[in-house]
Amino acid sequence: MPALTELEAAWIEARADAGFQADLARLLGDYAGRPTPLYEARRLSEAVGHPVYLKREDLLHTGAHKINNALGQALLAKRMGKTRIIAETGAGQHGVASATACALLGLECIVYMGTEDMRRQQPNVQRMGLLGATVEPVEAGARTLKEAVSAAIRDWVTNVGNTHYIIGSSVGPAPFPALVRDLQRVIGDEARAQMLAQAGRLPERVVACVGGGSNAIGIFVPFVDDPEVALVGVEAAGDGIETGRHGAPLTLGGRGGVLHGAFSAIMQDEDGQILEAHSISAGLDYPGTGPQHAHLRDTGRATYEAVTDRQALAAFQRVARLEGIIPALESSHAVAWVLDAGPSALDLICLSGRGDKDLAEALSALESQDPPAA
Amino acid sequence: MSTGVERIAAAFAAAPGRAALMPYLMGGFPNVAASRAIGEAYADGGADLVELGVPFSDPLADGPVIHAAGTRALAAGATVPAVIEVARSLAERVPVVLMCYTNLVLARGVERFADELADANVSGLIVPDLPLEEAPAALAACDAAGLALVPLVAPTTPEERLARIGAQARGFVYAVSVTGTTGERAGLDATALLARVRAHAQVPIALGFGISTAEQAAAAAAAGADGVIVGSRLVRAAADGEDVRALVAALAGALA
Repeated sequence: MPALTELEAAWIEARADAGFQADLARLLGDYAGRPTPLYEARRLSEAVGHPVYLKREDLLHTGAHKINNALGQALLAKRMGKTRIIAETGAGQHGVASATACALLGLECIVYMGTEDMRRQQPNVQRMGLLGATVEPVEAGARTLKEAVSAAIRDWVTNVGNTHYIIGSSVGPAPFPALVRDLQRVIGDEARAQMLAQAGRLPERVVACVGGGSNAIGIFVPFVDDPEVALVGVEAAGDGIETGRHGAPLTLGGRGGVLHGAFSAIMQDEDGQILEAHSISAGLDYPGTGPQHAHLRDTGRATYEAVTDRQALAAFQRVARLEGIIPALESSHAVAWVLDAGPSALDLICLSGRGDKDLAEALSALESQDPPAA
Repeated sequence: MSTGVERIAAAFAAAPGRAALMPYLMGGFPNVAASRAIGEAYADGGADLVELGVPFSDPLADGPVIHAAGTRALAAGATVPAVIEVARSLAERVPVVLMCYTNLVLARGVERFADELADANVSGLIVPDLPLEEAPAALAACDAAGLALVPLVAPTTPEERLARIGAQARGFVYAVSVTGTTGERAGLDATALLARVRAHAQVPIALGFGISTAEQAAAAAAAGADGVIVGSRLVRAAADGEDVRALVAALAGALA
């Protein structure tokens, strides 16, 4: 708790400091590549029958929105005098982003990663090594994101004196969800202004994938006070919600619970044991979700839907062939929902990351499908 | 029938040695029946109280030994009701303090959970991931059921927070000897921590995390602990089929 209090105070101070904000803005601009384009996807629009715009977070340095948060938190850690950074990663994007930020700022970096995810995301494991980070394999449980978060939290409570934990999503104990939201809302701030400038209107729907939910909260927040804009979070239905093999606690409903220090929607059994999630997308393979999303759901401001591995794979291929963009499997979930969601005046999709990291996994899954999708 | 709070106070007061010995038992590990037998062996070896852990899928405060034991217990079919039944049977021998993560408490509802524990003659409840700020509902439910809600403090807990924790501590204060998770460690000096806690607590102080040997247990008592909690070492012993009764007896002997 004292570490969380210290972090919260440091963040409130940094957020209000023009010097800190200027440093962050410079890194996000010159180094990471912000602002990212808002792209009207004409062929995709034609295919679904209504205009679709993509917020191109996949074009950022390291290939996903994760760098927004990693740069911000690494700068904050440096300001707090921490010399050692730990992070968890599922798909590897947050691990790569953290390793990148640490290389840039001269900080030691240790990334916890489940061994199943290391297998699925081998290129990102190699990237982290090249960037000078140490990848700590996590063998517990299903060897995916949930256990990696637990391992990182255990490290943090042990080494809190010199260590900052760059959590990768809008999960974990306060103030982490708020900190990550603040650092990711740049996505929505840019997109809202670009939308007005390019289309002369706001979107009817803003659609983003939700695992922990950081890209979604980042793009949602600036639209929350626009009642005419529907906010749609898309979770991983995995093999299908009815099979129990999914990563869709918000869609599932049921009572909330505490995972990793936050009360939110979680997948749990009758006793309160946390269940294993399943998704083809390592970044959505998490049985909890950010508490802000549970709040948006419960207040009715946002809705949450889920699409299966199969639907996501089909969308992955469609976007590649229609637009020449290979999206991350995570982001493919958001696209997949739009493909089937019916008419809209205009949809804005957060294309949170690029799919290079997913090629091996996606191609092997497509090969084993019968009949082939798309 | 005495309340849990009273049974804990009596156990600390009656402990024959310099400090009460509270070995930790993973409920349902390696299976429910065997864990009950291990708890009996603790009592036979001279345990003054037993800390009974409820296995949880995501035990953030635990190191690898207890985490692995919990995982095995769950795989062997341990449920919360089954562990409560282990508690009920052990409580006939020695006061039982249940160690249980927040989500398991919330899933049953804090009042129902406290009532079920009281019905099983459990004396106290430790919720390692329940911060002070979130504790009022659990404290009220435990107080109503006569159950001691035992708080944890760590070397990093600031003075002002220690004071607030001490003021609402029931049964005893669980002083965590190190920053980090449960598990065996080489060197420990808790004198400063114990003195800081003592200034704010009207109940006994038990020291845990990292204590594995008789020498460390004796040192904890010498440093001012009223109780000594030994966990991972005994769980490892249970996993390896060692004689846990003899280990507990040796620890008790070191505190005599």
